Amino acid sequence: MTKTAFGFPLKHSHIKTKLAASLGGGAETTTTITSMKFSVKTWSNGKARTGLLQLGNCPSPIETPSLLLSTRKGLPLFISPDLLPSLPLPDSYLLQFSPLHFLEGLSTKTIAAIGGLHQMLGLHDYVYAAVLRDPIQCLPECDASNKFGASFETPCGRVLVKPADYMDMIASMKPNIWASLADEVPAWVSSKRNRTSVDRTVKWLDECIALGSAKAAGGALFGAIVGGSNIEERKRCAQEAAIRNVSGYWIGGFGLGESMDERPALLNAVTVSFKLTRVLFKNTDYFECFIFKAKGEWLFYCVRLEIHAACWMNRVVTVVCIVGSEVMIEVRDAGCQDSLQEEKPRLVCGLELPEEVLQGVAAGIDLFDSSKDATPIVQNCVCYTCQNHTKAYINHLLNVHEMLAQTLLEIHNTHHFLGFFRSIREAIKEGRFDLFRQMFVQHRREQLAAVAVCA
Amino acid sequence: MALRFEVLGRFNRARAARLTLPHHVCQTPLFMPVGTQGTIKGLTTSQLEDIGCQIILGNTYHLALRPTSELIDDLGGLHKFMNWPRALLTDSGGFQMVSLLHLADITEEGVTFQSPVDGKPMLLTPEESIQIQNRIGADIIMALDDVVKTTITGPRIEEAMYRTLRWIDRCIAAHKRPNEQNLFGIVQGGLDPVLRDICVRGLVDRNLPGYAIGGLAGGEDKDSFWRVVAQCTAALPEDKPRYVMGVGYPLDIVVCSALGADMYDCVYPTRTARFGTALVPEGVLKLKHKAMAEDTRPIDPTCACMVCKKYTRAYIHSLVTKDAMGSQLLSYHNLYYMLQLSRNLHFSIIEGRFPEFVCDFLQKMFPEGDVPEWVCNAMEVAGINISPCCALLSSSRQYFSSQGEKEFEAEKLSCQGEKEVEDEKLSSQGEIEFEAEKLSSQGEKEVEDEKLSSQGEIEFEAEKLSSQGEIEFGAEKLSSQGEKEF
Repeated sequence: MTKTAFGFPLKHSHIKTKLAASLGGGAETTTTITSMKFSVKTWSNGKARTGLLQLGNCPSPIETPSLLLSTRKGLPLFISPDLLPSLPLPDSYLLQFSPLHFLEGLSTKTIAAIGGLHQMLGLHDYVYAAVLRDPIQCLPECDASNKFGASFETPCGRVLVKPADYMDMIASMKPNIWASLADEVPAWVSSKRNRTSVDRTVKWLDECIALGSAKAAGGALFGAIVGGSNIEERKRCAQEAAIRNVSGYWIGGFGLGESMDERPALLNAVTVSFKLTRVLFKNTDYFECFIFKAKGEWLFYCVRLEIHAACWMNRVVTVVCIVGSEVMIEVRDAGCQDSLQEEKPRLVCGLELPEEVLQGVAAGIDLFDSSKDATPIVQNCVCYTCQNHTKAYINHLLNVHEMLAQTLLEIHNTHHFLGFFRSIREAIKEGRFDLFRQMFVQHRREQLAAVAVCA
Repeated sequence: MALRFEVLGRFNRARAARLTLPHHVCQTPLFMPVGTQGTIKGLTTSQLEDIGCQIILGNTYHLALRPTSELIDDLGGLHKFMNWPRALLTDSGGFQMVSLLHLADITEEGVTFQSPVDGKPMLLTPEESIQIQNRIGADIIMALDDVVKTTITGPRIEEAMYRTLRWIDRCIAAHKRPNEQNLFGIVQGGLDPVLRDICVRGLVDRNLPGYAIGGLAGGEDKDSFWRVVAQCTAALPEDKPRYVMGVGYPLDIVVCSALGADMYDCVYPTRTARFGTALVPEGVLKLKHKAMAEDTRPIDPTCACMVCKKYTRAYIHSLVTKDAMGSQLLSYHNLYYMLQLSRNLHFSIIEGRFPEFVCDFLQKMFPEGDVPEWVCNAMEVAGINISPCCALLSSSRQYFSSQGEKEFEAEKLSCQGEKEVEDEKLSSQGEIEFEAEKLSSQGEKEVEDEKLSSQGEIEFEAEKLSSQGEIEFGAEKLSSQGEKEF
């Protein structure tokens, strides 16, 4: 009988597994990601967490939870590049765009000739994240999606995007971060259609990975996770993404008809699943694993034969469940509360109201796309708009339908929403996120009630 | 009088001056962007400062309707309201009434019009126009004049000119803030040199802080246009600023400056930007054109503006007429171009190289030497030798006369809306299109038709591509969500 580094006897059945795909992949990502680094810094009330996101071209690390500013063709709708630095930095370095925006007018060839998005927009310090879905102009059209690709309603009409088309766009635009192609479906589709959407999304993730290396696309790949309102499908998709070579996760399929109440369970199902790795008992090429029960808990140890054995020391692998020939395990560093898989950033799409953002933060989401919150101009605001203009002037601009109203309001609202994310981070760091969330939701409820009464 | 006008340099009739206004010390010749409703469409006031804008023009008619001059007054004047630290100029409101409201009726008392708010008949008198402008508080205010279309002939022109002279006295009497605001009188008289002369003399007798040349840029032929400018600038006092209203195109500004004018305003740079056209030394560049989709050069490689430093034609092409950002970036570039032109005029006069500047300007715009005849004539009067860039003068004359029939077509279109007659020509590189300037001697028209509907402002632009005989209509609607085009 031999002993492991932990002193546990290895007397149980020898199981060789395909763990390389999951855990080995995790180690690999840190080197293959061009220059994205992410680390979790603090936790508060369970899953809410702050982190630091670092990108090679961005002058300073960005604290998460954070907002990605939505753009149209790489620029915020009404804020021109010379006004962009008036927003708080580094908070406003993250920009999201849809590659579909460029269907009207610009070929991928031209964009590649210019040298990619950073070059084309002259915003070299900014971080671009590519996500096909844009909540305003490029909506997924699930009825028209098929096994070949995902369909979107765009200003240029309906477009079917195949993995190869998408990877051409990514290779030419060179975003820092890109989400894999997803088959997003609204909450009301049949469970069969929902299952299909997960199958396709996983298949396309593999195709994106393969095409991405073939086309030398670069950038950090965020594996897409769908699954609609079905907790099991959500878990399945998250686990499939987690065992692949991804740098982060893009959680889609929200804001498509599910209720606010069912969302926390769905979000938790996804984030919990990142820690779970499905292990197949077949294909016993890489690892020897050992499962045994100690103190009423299933424990799972594995030792990589030969050279990679060292990287497995100090990692606790907890068996969560065994279904048929598959074992669900949780992998965790023995000396650290971070689990390996938690070091990947999670970006969610479609949570737009402040209350929804708080739901996401509570479930451990790090990055959020756009916002629909049009907060009224507040007192003591230090944004460009409030420092330079009065409510009366903006009111006049709105009355006479002047474009400047949109510019000034977008600056103010973005400033305000970035501030909201800053308060979230502070609350997490001080370990009082749940209290912050309760207070905020309560305050908003009162505010909205007051507005409703006035109306 | 609340201004100081010091001529710093001259070249024959052209002059470069320092114009000190209550809110800004300006350099002339200068172009004033039009900020109709208290904003230049799509640009912030800090951006306008960045690109060197000195004076913004506000429209009294629009501001009096919304947000009202009383509110602006309560909030400390238009400078404070729109947070613009530099100079402002407001028009009298009369022009908009005549051009926007078809039912306007002009009597000795004032302009009677139907209120766009409730349809009731309203009266704008010279006294009231000045009172409103006193409340708005611009550095320069304009007298209410009797505006008639330049294309009209007969006794109406004479009546309008004499009425303008009678009204100037009522304006002067009504002006309550002469130490903070400068009242400019407006020379009328159509295309008739005798009437213009009477009007100039009458206004000069009143010793106003500055004078405007009105009633132009309304569809008259270019030869008549420059002759009126030349006549008025010759008769106006040397030590007062001269403002040619509603002008214009870069070429017009160069010609008028050579003839001794100092100030200009026009919606053209920002309006044409919203339709996807950029001003460049060669004329204009239509960013909507398919060829732009693959063009990775800046709009104007010689331009130092933020847009030209940052963006390719291909990127702007993907924005124009689809996204608000297209309007914003092109407006920024076009205004930068006009303000840079103003600076170039100022410094070339001061540094004694004005003729070289003019020749250089004309050479870029007319690389084949086909400078329009009216420009040649005006430059002769201005004493600027442009023969180096008019190598093909005789052949260009032929070219223009052979296209004489187009004048008639353009004339027909001008009464319905804003028209631009364009000559589309591809340069040797195939990317530059030359616009109106080439054909301008034959009747380039730009008439504005603006209507205030309940939903907002609708603008129509019609472009005629004469070389192809094709007419394009574009309508712009400003909805509550921003600017859309259809």
